[in-house]
Amino acid sequence: MFLSGYTQKDREFRQKLAIGAIRLVAGGFLAVLAILVIYLAYQGLGAISWEFLSQFPRDSMTAGGIWPAILGTFWLAVGAMVVAIPLGFGTAIYLAEYARPGPLLTAIRLGVNNLAGVPSVVFGLYGLAIFVGFLGFGRSLLSGALTLGVLTLPTVTAAAEEALRQTPASFREAALALGANRWQAIRQVILPAALPGMLTGAILALGRAAGETAPIIFTASAALTLSAPESAFSEVMALPTHIFNLATNGTHIAATRPQQFGTCLTLIVLVLGLSLIAIITRARLRKGKKW
Amino acid sequence: MSQETREAILLRPKLSRTEQGARFFFLACAFVALGQMVLIMLFLLGEAGGLFKTANFFDFLFSTEWYPTYEPPEFGAAALIVGSLAVTFFSSLLAAPIGLGLAVFLACLAGKSREWIKPAVELMAGVPSVVLGFLGLVVLAPFMVDVLGLPTGLNVLNASLILALMAIPSIASLGEDALSATPRQIQDASYALGATRWETIWRVTMPASMSGLSTAVILGLGRALGETLVVLMVAGGAAQIPGSLFDSVRPLTATLAAEMGETAIGSPHYHALFALGVVLFFLTLGFNLLAHYLGQKWRSR
Amino acid sequence: MRKIGVWAFCLGGLLVFLASCGPSDTGSGSGSGAPLDRPRGETVRVSGSTTLLPITLKAVEEYLKENPAEIVTVSGTGTGEGVKSLIDGVVDLAAASRELKPAEEKRAREKGLTLTGHVVARDALAVIVHKDNPVQALTMAQLRGIYLGAIRDWSEVGGEARLITAINRDSSSGTFEMWVEKVLLGQKHRPDAQVQSSSGAVAYAVAGNRHAIGYVGLGFLDGQVKTIAIDGTRATLATVTEGSYAISRPLFIFSRADASSSARRFLGYLLGSEGQGLLAAEGFAPAGD
Repeated sequence: MFLSGYTQKDREFRQKLAIGAIRLVAGGFLAVLAILVIYLAYQGLGAISWEFLSQFPRDSMTAGGIWPAILGTFWLAVGAMVVAIPLGFGTAIYLAEYARPGPLLTAIRLGVNNLAGVPSVVFGLYGLAIFVGFLGFGRSLLSGALTLGVLTLPTVTAAAEEALRQTPASFREAALALGANRWQAIRQVILPAALPGMLTGAILALGRAAGETAPIIFTASAALTLSAPESAFSEVMALPTHIFNLATNGTHIAATRPQQFGTCLTLIVLVLGLSLIAIITRARLRKGKKW
Repeated sequence: MSQETREAILLRPKLSRTEQGARFFFLACAFVALGQMVLIMLFLLGEAGGLFKTANFFDFLFSTEWYPTYEPPEFGAAALIVGSLAVTFFSSLLAAPIGLGLAVFLACLAGKSREWIKPAVELMAGVPSVVLGFLGLVVLAPFMVDVLGLPTGLNVLNASLILALMAIPSIASLGEDALSATPRQIQDASYALGATRWETIWRVTMPASMSGLSTAVILGLGRALGETLVVLMVAGGAAQIPGSLFDSVRPLTATLAAEMGETAIGSPHYHALFALGVVLFFLTLGFNLLAHYLGQKWRSR
Repeated sequence: MRKIGVWAFCLGGLLVFLASCGPSDTGSGSGSGAPLDRPRGETVRVSGSTTLLPITLKAVEEYLKENPAEIVTVSGTGTGEGVKSLIDGVVDLAAASRELKPAEEKRAREKGLTLTGHVVARDALAVIVHKDNPVQALTMAQLRGIYLGAIRDWSEVGGEARLITAINRDSSSGTFEMWVEKVLLGQKHRPDAQVQSSSGAVAYAVAGNRHAIGYVGLGFLDGQVKTIAIDGTRATLATVTEGSYAISRPLFIFSRADASSSARRFLGYLLGSEGQGLLAAEGFAPAGD
């Protein structure tokens, strides 16, 4: 059929060419990634020390450390999860266990799916107007965490729903056959089976929340705080905005270059570390599933 | 199921009130989640509407004059929209072939090494965009000025390269999923007919997973279109229609991030920024719906 | 069953942890129609112009060394945002590189607020180029020509044959507004002018690019760039203080009439001799009278 007209030699040559090209592209891209990682690690490690991780900035940020930014990012990401996990898990349970096909289900699914495609800067606008302005939380940890929570909601929901759907129908049927009502079946049978998978998704979302910049520029971030956040209404520094501020908004852009690389490396280790945990857990779960 | 669970289910009478409460709670969660999307849309449209009391809708969409703080101000978004589309388009020229190539490599050629390359690629998809923007700013931009002799390193090319770097891992990861989902039998059938490995990939596996592949590319591009920090840091910020790859542009997202903090609430400029937000919102929505539609269309064949 | 308990425990623990760091100053229900005026504690929040950032950052550091009990947070997100936040009660002090706009005054009046502007320093926009750029001086007309797009190559103003990359500040910064007013005389700048989001970024971009020209406040002249004389006068502390340099302006800190005592103390420090000494060290001209 489609092979007619080509000699065997032709076909082998084409195969070699195409597969060679693909290997080259893949290898080239992986090499670029490796170079980037090594470059960042090399530049960043020079700046990172215990002092850098544990102290407040000094001398117009040219000395000292990034402790308040680490702390701020930690609270922002955790706060985002406090918002996104209950809401996302609840939505996923509704979608996977309760909802029947119909306009309502379509609407919710469409809404949540499209929420995932909304650009992060639009979440920033939303947070600025709703949480900072309308609800009066000001530029604060709370506003930032809520904004990031809404941003990560679709990720958490999608992962949780997938995990719920992967539990075999026989679990449900068995529980219901034993006389459990739906909620009992969910709480005692389905959730325990699906929870590790759901939490894996949440860890990925946690990493994403920690690395986002645009949504917190106007909702949470301060250029400099010289004390730990004292309440949910405190403005906080954060690692991504710290990089952005030092590299583009800073007063001593050249002099703080080592700090910028150090902060980049810290952020990457944090975010990729979380993703790595999630990916490894997921791989284990997939292997370990007995059903 | 543990002994305890089984007993609990067997012995407990039907708690219809708990059951109802639970159902209500989960429905409420779903409504709050849906409500976020509705609220974002309503509120963007509401705040943007204020602009058109003073400005003409067609001027907004088709004028290239973006002088928001002049007297009188001019809010022409065309240059910003073109800026967004330009960096997305040029990044796709790089990201689509490389991303798909990587996907084919992972799914069909990598063999055992796939086990660590795929997670590595997925990890790359999680690198915060501010870090990539930073690299564009401190590595790529000086390189373009010093080595290539360009008048500026902050331009369409730089932004497109960095955006491609960001989109490739997600395209590769989603594409690999699609390729791997192709039924084994049709590939075996192709080999049985005497096709080479490449012919099988090119004529059988890729067409069969076209739905997933096109979705992967479009979602990757949607991500590039909505990306803020990279273009804010490396696109140069000039509100003009670019004449070449080496011109600076000012994409929608960068304009929002740069100007939102500086404008007075309720001013025409503030409303104009929300109007930009609406444009951005519907552009990305269009990309997502297109991805969804293509996924459906190919699937049904 | 056990597992779910453990997870629930972890989640609950996080919630409690977060709640425990929650606000200590709630409960005083002002409860009026203005949800933005929540009670403020001792924290002093400063926001606003990025031009003033070098001063405020340095001042906060020194101030907190002397007054370790105080808490001050600083952000530089622009004059407009700073003033907006001040009116909304989100911050206590707003740094501004311009006077209030009519719309902002109106908003403050509607909320029944009085905003007071304190001149904290005088700033000048120094015109800067790359260190290796042979051009030493420009006339105001040439400078205008470059930014309007009539002059596109350095050779037209006595430099090497090299395209000019004009760098602007973002369009709604106070710095840019003064530039349009004093240099461009209200005319539209060339559309291909680049935009940087802060004075520091302009200085950095110019330091690394032989094509570039830009303008920054005095505090950003760090020896990496060359200042150009405009109509024969170079921007220095002396020429700005005596008023002979044309592109200059006062910088303000705005405060509310109902500012907390902590905010007043910090403002006093900025305007007092210690604060003025610091800003001189950062390269700004003191407020003077």
